[in-house]
Amino acid sequence: MSASQHGLGGLKYDPKKRHRPPELNVFFALILIVGAFEVLGRLFVGDSFLFNTRDRVDTLFNEPRLKIIVLQVAIIGIIALGVTQVIISGGIDLSSGSIVGAVAMIATAFAQASVNQYGMDNLKPILGEAYLNLPLIVPIVVGLFAGLVAGVVNGALIAYAKIPPFIATLGMMLFARGVANWTTKGVPISYLQESYAEIGAGMNPVFIFIALAVLMHFLLRYTKYGKHTYAIGSNEQAARMSGIEVERLKVLIYAIAGILSAVAAIVMSSKALTGQSGMGLMYELDAIAMAVIGGVSLAGGRGSILGTCIGALIYGVIISGFTFLKLDAFYQEMAKGAIIVGAVVLDQWRARKQAAKS
Amino acid sequence: MSDIILKTEGLTKHYGGVQALEGANFEIRKGEHVAIMGDNGAGKSTFVRQITAVEQRTAGKVWFDGEEVDFKGPLEAREAGIETVFQNLALADALNVPDNLFLGREIFKFKLGPFSVLDYKAMREKTLASLEKTGVKIPNINNAISNMSGGQRQCVAIARTATFHSKLTIMDEPTAALGVQETAQVENIIRTLKEAGEPLILISHNMRQVFDLVDRIVVFRRGKIVANLRKEETSGEDVVSYITGAKTAPEYAENA
Ligand SMILES: Nc1ncnc2c1ncn2[C@@H]1O[C@H](COP(=O)(O)OP(=O)(O)O)[C@@H](O)[C@H]1O
Ligand SMILES: [Mg+2]
Repeated sequence: MSASQHGLGGLKYDPKKRHRPPELNVFFALILIVGAFEVLGRLFVGDSFLFNTRDRVDTLFNEPRLKIIVLQVAIIGIIALGVTQVIISGGIDLSSGSIVGAVAMIATAFAQASVNQYGMDNLKPILGEAYLNLPLIVPIVVGLFAGLVAGVVNGALIAYAKIPPFIATLGMMLFARGVANWTTKGVPISYLQESYAEIGAGMNPVFIFIALAVLMHFLLRYTKYGKHTYAIGSNEQAARMSGIEVERLKVLIYAIAGILSAVAAIVMSSKALTGQSGMGLMYELDAIAMAVIGGVSLAGGRGSILGTCIGALIYGVIISGFTFLKLDAFYQEMAKGAIIVGAVVLDQWRARKQAAKS
Repeated sequence: MSDIILKTEGLTKHYGGVQALEGANFEIRKGEHVAIMGDNGAGKSTFVRQITAVEQRTAGKVWFDGEEVDFKGPLEAREAGIETVFQNLALADALNVPDNLFLGREIFKFKLGPFSVLDYKAMREKTLASLEKTGVKIPNINNAISNMSGGQRQCVAIARTATFHSKLTIMDEPTAALGVQETAQVENIIRTLKEAGEPLILISHNMRQVFDLVDRIVVFRRGKIVANLRKEETSGEDVVSYITGAKTAPEYAENA
């Protein structure tokens, strides 16, 4: 890049004053937190958080723990990808966790086999005999479609009925959870086909998460969709005056968020080998927390998929770190609450600093 | 008739009970620079919003470039060739200069509906060329707009109109919040438009600026046009008395 590409019209441009990408700060925070757990672990529980201190010497790192962290993070992380673009667009999505519950029930209802892995007959198929042993594509398409519909409804309520995102998605949160409970009156769905069970087997959730993260990063960074999403979150009126069709875009944004929640539901129910109506409970808050920790501004217009991915890792490390330090689950929940509020405080502080500068 | 680029007849806008604009008959010729003056709340911005279809008018007709038009939204107006710098800057703070310049009409590497892939390089190059052309000084075009001064932002907004060849440019109080130097820079851009023969509607409260730059002055008062004055045939005092209502042009007597 030549100098003239920066300094224009005789004004000096000082590359040293260029803004540090905010993702870098989030990354430093991740390292700091991992370091803190490492130190606390060695001091209080006599174990290493990060490294392998067991007899098996073939690995440097404590792979089981790291795997658990990324696995824990992956499924909620998929939701967080959708939530990230919603928040960047200036909205919020409280319904993602409940959509997970509803889609898990709907998808698994279409994924039942006539026999389970122990050779026991499925005596009570949810949808009847005709719907057993369907091709894998059926539960996937039905599940994704259900997520899409929920997202489109969210988007239409917000864009066309002009209902504030908080209220619209709160309504969807209650409605979708109701759907999840209504499908089987709370009875878990099991007897899932092996092909369905393979979707979320092993480390697959992590690979699916990474693939979707790369895709969403590309969409937000390199396409018109992404550019306009940032634009409406930054200044909706300006976007409108620039000719962006704000309403249609919003529907698309919430639709994509709905589809991503559905993907999470399929992966999760596959991994658990069952569909349960309580699946995804409160995940919406976890997903929002991941995004906000990763530097996505609740005011809209700012943030990135990369930031959310690092935010998700921070979240996973903290949760797993609490377990590692043998602290009660209560503390974990309190810490989660504190982290969410802390991240928002940080976000507002950043916004104020920005405002003071200009 | 053919050299009239924009003409309105009976253009009217009511906001509930507020009659913000009432029966405005206005025209501007190709190459002509016209100022719209008037007190705050006189309906100047409302007039602009009806022409550019940011809002839908209550009544009246608009002709643009020889045809009667009924734009459905600002994009249609812009695609027809009307470039506007709105009073409340229509910029996205979190985006950088090229992003803002090309907002809503990006250049693509390839088209795929909403997922069309952006050509950042082409947009950056065109941005630099356009800033160079208009003499706008920006330290780093890759910085978010939020990191820029009011003047720099305004220059970006104006450079945006100059980047795309338009048939008519409208600027709503472009220098209201600017310092002396920044104002001079904006005025220079306006002069380049004049030299290029591009017509301009300039809304301004700055009498010196108006007399420096335009050919004709149209005065709005309480939602109505009350005067249409050739610059050579009027004076600052004269214009002020129309603005305040001390005077009304005979042909607009029923608007007083
Ligand atoms: N969106 C709106 N809703 C209601 N009243 C409005 C709206 N926009 C403008 N007005 C009113 O219309 C009148 C003209 O406003 P405006 O066109 O902004 O004036 P100017 O630009 O000449 O200062 C004012 O009385 C203003 O309060
Ligand atoms: Mg105004």
